Amino acid sequence: MADVYSKKVMEHFYHPKNTGEMKKPDAVGEVGNPVCGDVMKLYIKVKDGKIADIRFQTMGCAAAIATSSMVTELAKGKTLLEAKKITRQDVADALSGLPPIKMHCSNLSAAALHAAIDNYLMDNEKKASKKKE
Amino acid sequence: MPEIYMDHAATSPLSEEVLAAMKPYFSRKFGNASSLHAFGRGAKEALDASRQQVASALGCLPEEIVFTSGGTESDNLAIKGACLANRHKGNHIITSKIEHPAVLATCKYLEKQGFSVTYLPVTSDGFVRQQAVEAAITDKTILITIMHANNEIGTVQPISKIGEIAKERGALFHTDAVQTVGKIKTDVNELGVGMLSLSAHKFCGPKGVGALFVKKGVRLEPLLHGGEHERQMRSGTENVAGIVGLAHALALSQMGMEKEATRQMKLRDRLIEGVLSSIPESRLHGSRENRLPNNANFGFKYIEGEGLLLMLDSKGVAASTGSACSSTKLEPSHVLLALGLPPEDAHGSLRLTLGKSNTENQVERLLRVLPPIINKLRKMSPMRAGVTWNGKEEGHG
Repeated sequence: MADVYSKKVMEHFYHPKNTGEMKKPDAVGEVGNPVCGDVMKLYIKVKDGKIADIRFQTMGCAAAIATSSMVTELAKGKTLLEAKKITRQDVADALSGLPPIKMHCSNLSAAALHAAIDNYLMDNEKKASKKKE
Repeated sequence: MPEIYMDHAATSPLSEEVLAAMKPYFSRKFGNASSLHAFGRGAKEALDASRQQVASALGCLPEEIVFTSGGTESDNLAIKGACLANRHKGNHIITSKIEHPAVLATCKYLEKQGFSVTYLPVTSDGFVRQQAVEAAITDKTILITIMHANNEIGTVQPISKIGEIAKERGALFHTDAVQTVGKIKTDVNELGVGMLSLSAHKFCGPKGVGALFVKKGVRLEPLLHGGEHERQMRSGTENVAGIVGLAHALALSQMGMEKEATRQMKLRDRLIEGVLSSIPESRLHGSRENRLPNNANFGFKYIEGEGLLLMLDSKGVAASTGSACSSTKLEPSHVLLALGLPPEDAHGSLRLTLGKSNTENQVERLLRVLPPIINKLRKMSPMRAGVTWNGKEEGHG
């Protein structure tokens, strides 16, 4: 099994970065479906338009956990605009590739990141329009 | 770190004694059993003796044993062979939803060829109900195929009861006994079967060799045509070394079988009791009483099996999971789903299957390393009691 995955994937699976629930996040992104066995929750804290802190919780196979860990590493410190450009391919590449069957179901992390950023921007818009009223 | 192998349902180590018995047939005694000269006669004698050994283990006649390349071929030969030979009598097959893929995929194939198949549901413990078999039988039923014990959850089916029904209604009855031969009693007369599949590497024999018991008078259409070996049911020069290994391993497993089963059962029960008492929101899959002496299968909520498997592997424990992500398919185990488990719960399963090498110390070690791993994975998981998930579905395009 371990042979199926790159060394990088196994590193991030055994020692994932930025795991656990975040207290008072600025936004959360949730993707996946428990029925399929892969779900991910990603928390962000934003400061000056940049991702100041990021954490994740994932239920899924080794690939799902490794991609979650990797996306938090890739996004940390980036501006929201830069972070939104991170694709699932970027995540896979940073892990030296994923088995083809894991490219989709288990590679949710970029989508979770985008969802968190979208939620953050939407919340801000709402707050801004409330201020105008 | 000592390696602990608890995946004997996948395969078991070839015993040294068996290897020694096989060796001459790779070299010195290399003859083709069909040849009339001394080399051929030597091979033929080994083949005959092996057939006799297997027959006495199963309680049948030597000529009722057909050697094959393994469990999958035995299942294919039994099912396709019987259906093709009996299609003038009917076109209906009865099986269960929890059969091994070698049976299920063969039945699916036959459906494409115009046969109709009833896939019987099972109880939450994994039992095929006799009443369900009775209700499914029609005048067109030519074959019933129900596994002796399930490879994932270890539930042992009431085969002899189903055999009585089959006999009464004149349907041929096959059982896939790949997980039971060498572990519990598999006398074909007691079971009341017309055909029985077995595979050598599950009982410390070599891979690539198996056998099918075919009761006298049962006609099968062969899958392999050629030199008409194995009473015309399986052409191809016999794998003499493999067959010698199969017979030898089977004979060894018969000696002291009850004692070894009792020993493994004790280890299994300790595993079950230890896991269920130390890990919250864990459950046992399969029957508590009627299960293989060497099988324990657990479900752990909120986690996925592949990660569990890899973390156990990193601690020197080899186990298995019915989780979707552990293999090339994306559906969770068809067996666990058939038990009525919701798919989200079927992902976090762990199968531990014991063998001769496993000791009490190893079981205790497993019980020490498992809880922290479950804990770690659960801490990483967004799922827990009371959480309803409403995340966007992504990535399933």
